[in-house]
Amino acid sequence: MLVSQQQKLQDEIRALAARHGRTRAALVPILQDLQVRYASVSDFAMQVVADEVGIHPAEVYGVVSFYAFLHSQPSGRFQIRLCQTISCDLAGKARVARQLENELGIRFGETTPDGRFSLEWASCLGMCDQGPALLVNDRVYTRVSAEQVHRIIDDCRKVFGAHAAQAAHAAHA
Amino acid sequence: MQPTSSKKTPLTFDTIAPGQGLAAALKKSRADIIGEVSASNLRGRGGAGFPTGTKWNLAAAAQGQDGGAKYVVCNADEGEPGTFKDRVLLLEYTDLVFEGMTIAARAIGATKGILYLRGEYVYMRPHLDGVLAARRTAGQLGANILGTTGFTFDIDIRMGAGAYVCGEETALIESLEGHRGEPRNRPPFPVNTGFLGQPTVVNNVETLASVSAILAKGAAWFRAIGTEKSAGFKLFSVSGDCGAPGVYEFPLGITVAALLEKVGGTGAKAVQIGGASGVCVPASEFGRRIAFEDLATGGSIIVFGQGRDMLHVAKNFMEFFVEESCGQCTPCRAGNAKLLEGIEMLERGACSSAYLRELLNLCETMQLASKCGLGQSSPNAFVSIVTHFQDEILGRTAAAH
Amino acid sequence: MSGEVKAGADTSRAPSSQKIQQVHVGGDVMQLIGGQITVTIDGTDVKVPMGTTVLDAARRVGVRIPTLCHHPDLCVAGVCRVCVVEVEGQRALQAACAFPITSSLKVKTHTRKVRQARRHILDLLLSTHYGECYSCKRNNNCELQALAKEYGVDFYRFGHVTESQVPKDESSYSVVRDMDKCILCRRCVRTCIDIQEVGVLEAVGRSNKTRISTFLDKPLGDVVCINCGQCINRCPTGALHAADTSDEVWRAIDDPTKHVVIQTAPSPRAGIGECFGCEPGTPMTYQMNTALKLAGFDKVFDTNFSADLTIIEEGTELLGRLHKALVKGEPVAFPQFTSCSPGWVKYLEHFYPEYIPNLSSAKSPQQMFGAVIKTYYAKANNIDPKDIVTVALMPCSAKKFECNRPEMADSGFKDVDYGLTTREMAQMIKEAGIHLPDMPKGDFDDPFGTATGSGVIFGATGGVMEAALRTVIEFVCGVKVEKLFDHANIVPVRGFEGVKYVELPIANVSPEVPAIIRHLIPSFDFLKGATLKVAVAHGTANARRVMEDIKAGGKFSECHFIEFMGCPGGCIGGGGQPIPTSPEIRAARARAIYEEDAECAVRKSHENPSSTASSSPTAPAAT
Repeated sequence: MLVSQQQKLQDEIRALAARHGRTRAALVPILQDLQVRYASVSDFAMQVVADEVGIHPAEVYGVVSFYAFLHSQPSGRFQIRLCQTISCDLAGKARVARQLENELGIRFGETTPDGRFSLEWASCLGMCDQGPALLVNDRVYTRVSAEQVHRIIDDCRKVFGAHAAQAAHAAHA
Repeated sequence: MQPTSSKKTPLTFDTIAPGQGLAAALKKSRADIIGEVSASNLRGRGGAGFPTGTKWNLAAAAQGQDGGAKYVVCNADEGEPGTFKDRVLLLEYTDLVFEGMTIAARAIGATKGILYLRGEYVYMRPHLDGVLAARRTAGQLGANILGTTGFTFDIDIRMGAGAYVCGEETALIESLEGHRGEPRNRPPFPVNTGFLGQPTVVNNVETLASVSAILAKGAAWFRAIGTEKSAGFKLFSVSGDCGAPGVYEFPLGITVAALLEKVGGTGAKAVQIGGASGVCVPASEFGRRIAFEDLATGGSIIVFGQGRDMLHVAKNFMEFFVEESCGQCTPCRAGNAKLLEGIEMLERGACSSAYLRELLNLCETMQLASKCGLGQSSPNAFVSIVTHFQDEILGRTAAAH
Repeated sequence: MSGEVKAGADTSRAPSSQKIQQVHVGGDVMQLIGGQITVTIDGTDVKVPMGTTVLDAARRVGVRIPTLCHHPDLCVAGVCRVCVVEVEGQRALQAACAFPITSSLKVKTHTRKVRQARRHILDLLLSTHYGECYSCKRNNNCELQALAKEYGVDFYRFGHVTESQVPKDESSYSVVRDMDKCILCRRCVRTCIDIQEVGVLEAVGRSNKTRISTFLDKPLGDVVCINCGQCINRCPTGALHAADTSDEVWRAIDDPTKHVVIQTAPSPRAGIGECFGCEPGTPMTYQMNTALKLAGFDKVFDTNFSADLTIIEEGTELLGRLHKALVKGEPVAFPQFTSCSPGWVKYLEHFYPEYIPNLSSAKSPQQMFGAVIKTYYAKANNIDPKDIVTVALMPCSAKKFECNRPEMADSGFKDVDYGLTTREMAQMIKEAGIHLPDMPKGDFDDPFGTATGSGVIFGATGGVMEAALRTVIEFVCGVKVEKLFDHANIVPVRGFEGVKYVELPIANVSPEVPAIIRHLIPSFDFLKGATLKVAVAHGTANARRVMEDIKAGGKFSECHFIEFMGCPGGCIGGGGQPIPTSPEIRAARARAIYEEDAECAVRKSHENPSSTASSSPTAPAAT
């Protein structure tokens, strides 16, 4: 990381700490904000956060590694989480899962090489009456079928520019 | 593809005008508020069923350290597989939930409230923030609430970060304090030593909404519904193999068979009551009642049709617990992994009856010796499925499945 | 011993999930605390103070409840669950170590459910515990092994891993982590965070992927570990052990071209007996001299000799700093910090680097002795220093790191070749077929044979300060210390309180300045009427309290001299000492050390005839 980037990140974390408080109770909210902005909490960020709330970096790592929604490794711009619990399972999650892997070319637990998508399992999303359910960042999709998967992903790709979706299709063709 | 409302029946909550309960509460003394809740026999709607009035009494009597604040925490970490009634309450009956928190604060003398919202419900955040802002404008939150001198209370929202165990109240508090979500040793209980060491009441979303209803309509009205030990109406989250999955309201004490009839699930092979940590009830026992005295539940009902492979169901539950155990205590951390291993052996048809018996003994150990409710209830599904469907489970060959 | 080890609320950051909170019972808590309550344990009634745990109550009536995650030095975790018992009226079993008694209870400690649970928990732990007991450093001194035997484990009910799952972390000079053997009791985590405030070890991940690890799972050698080894002392299994160099030492002994010299520090002598079944606090000083010779060491020297050198160095340095500051008006770093504990030194370097100038420039006794041997001794005995192998027997794991620091080569060679812990030395002595307690007594070798009591007490917290004060007071006041303190025992700096603070007013000063510092200070007049302020802290959590106070400009910032020891209790509680450790064991070892001091003919460093003779030509350069 460039020194200027480090400086920027440090300032940003200080601002977050000023907002949430410089106590341990503010730790998770600070980490969540960083996770949203950077799709992960980098090792440098963890050290700065540790300084700000007055704990050891290992303790911050202990917390980050505990929660499923916090990542110490870079993860995708879009976090796709498919509900794996029983109701969605009964509703046909297995085929949706397979198709997600096919569309993205990765397995569950992986991130696409371009850093755009991460595919993860979610424990119950609370949409059990409308499964299979899918959470893409903060957006929920319900009653997802295998054939709908590509449209959901395409919608995400549009964020990266008009041609991104087409390019991805070409690459898979 | 977009979520739709899950409500399948009209709810009693529809008949409670927002503001009614809080107005009634503010006319009472603190002791009388708690007295009303106690008299209603309301028990915690999260599943454990601890009497709400008793909890509030303890918190009201507890002394904060250094005269510090007391806290009311709304447990909106609805993570039990097959449970989604809190989602409906948070989105469609939001005021009743915040009102319940405000009443609780009044009763125990708390000044701060925290809604602990599970990370998966992040999309509700704008809505909830909006309601909180409106309540502040209306004088229902903030200083001197609704003109009651000296009653100051406000609510913050804190997001969970993807950990089922944080639904356990002490793990939730650990998480709020910036630690790994690992349950604490109890006693002491949160009502004495909770968030930041201060007396803290942690109540489920539905419990708090029910409080608003009880204050609005009276304890006697509430107690008249349900059974003697399980007073009141209850929301049920119904999913799985049935005609109309969704959120239903029934009085406690309803039999499984009656419930199945209402949701279009007649003819089911088995029903999971209470989510992954609940029990699996086979058709032969559909006459049992859903109430704290028989089948206690936070309201999760998952219906399994005749064609379902029960070992697959058990595996799904154990995978869930292996993922979601906090990993702190030995019985839960290692025990759940052993049970999952056992299921994989059964899948391969490679598990002897003797070893299966040993695993059932291990389940007893987990139920007795785990540190918190997660480990104590995680073997329930395994035990009930293995016990009731042994014939289906043993002696499998690769070809059969 | 109130302030020892159990870090107070101001520094303890262990998650609340891992400690007993203050027990509120409603009403006036303070009235209830101190109240007595009767509990029934396996049918026996016992009266205990309110808030006592079931575990402690059971011990009072002689009922043994097994434990793994519980440790007398640490806050309660309640995670291993092996101590579960049946409490009447409770559906679930309760962890005895974490259950505070606040009402009359009936407890049963060995019912069917309890026995089954304990056996299952042991079997579950063993199912993921990889390693042969034979090839384990903790064979016969392992709490898991002992419980497996006690509970009759005769087969692995839930299987057993047959191959290593995690590579050993051998990146540190001091501490080896063998996570295959970890049972996740988290004693090391609580030690590292609570007692030491170092915080390199933490539980990481969750569920059955939970592991004890470092920041981003880096090797221990790459994180801010201070090598204190306190985690080793509290590990119930062989998951943590010191990096053992005894094989290299044997090789040197076997090599006829090498002259192998060993120096022994005071604390191992007070501790090593425990490895041979003796009660804690049984001194083995002279038996060990004989044993080491028999084992093959060419010379056995007393580290106390260089401890005396350290005192003279640090004492004169202190007086020099005072003179510079008060008379010459030069900027000098105050307070002066002791530099003999390598754990503390590394702690300071990592956490408070801006205070490095405050460290005394004196080397630690181990390194001073190493340099003396490879220079003065080599020359005097006409031995080529390249053929000398210096070994140091220390109570310490951090000494292994210290002797490998690149700057520790003033002699032109590595000043100390190998640092051995008390445990490793006990192992070598056993390997040599020697039962230590049976050995006849033998003396240290000349020319450094004579050591003073001041050197001996270096081993206990407050010892360096006491030794330094004995010398400094006598220098400055010109009167015998015995006239000011009975038997020269400077009691205020003794004891296990976490932080001690003492003021010593200087009423009169000596008209004479001793020859050894006359070149620095022509007269002591500037100290007349002054008050010498000193402090003592042990365990780095306590050190942190002092350092934070200094940073904030509190009373410790006005101190002149502060003794810091990395380990709780000082060196007698060092990371290389026999396992187990507890406040009682450390107190017993300290007693042995003070007794040895009391028996010494000479008790003040500056009166040591050998050190004054050799210190001028070999005064070690500043580190």
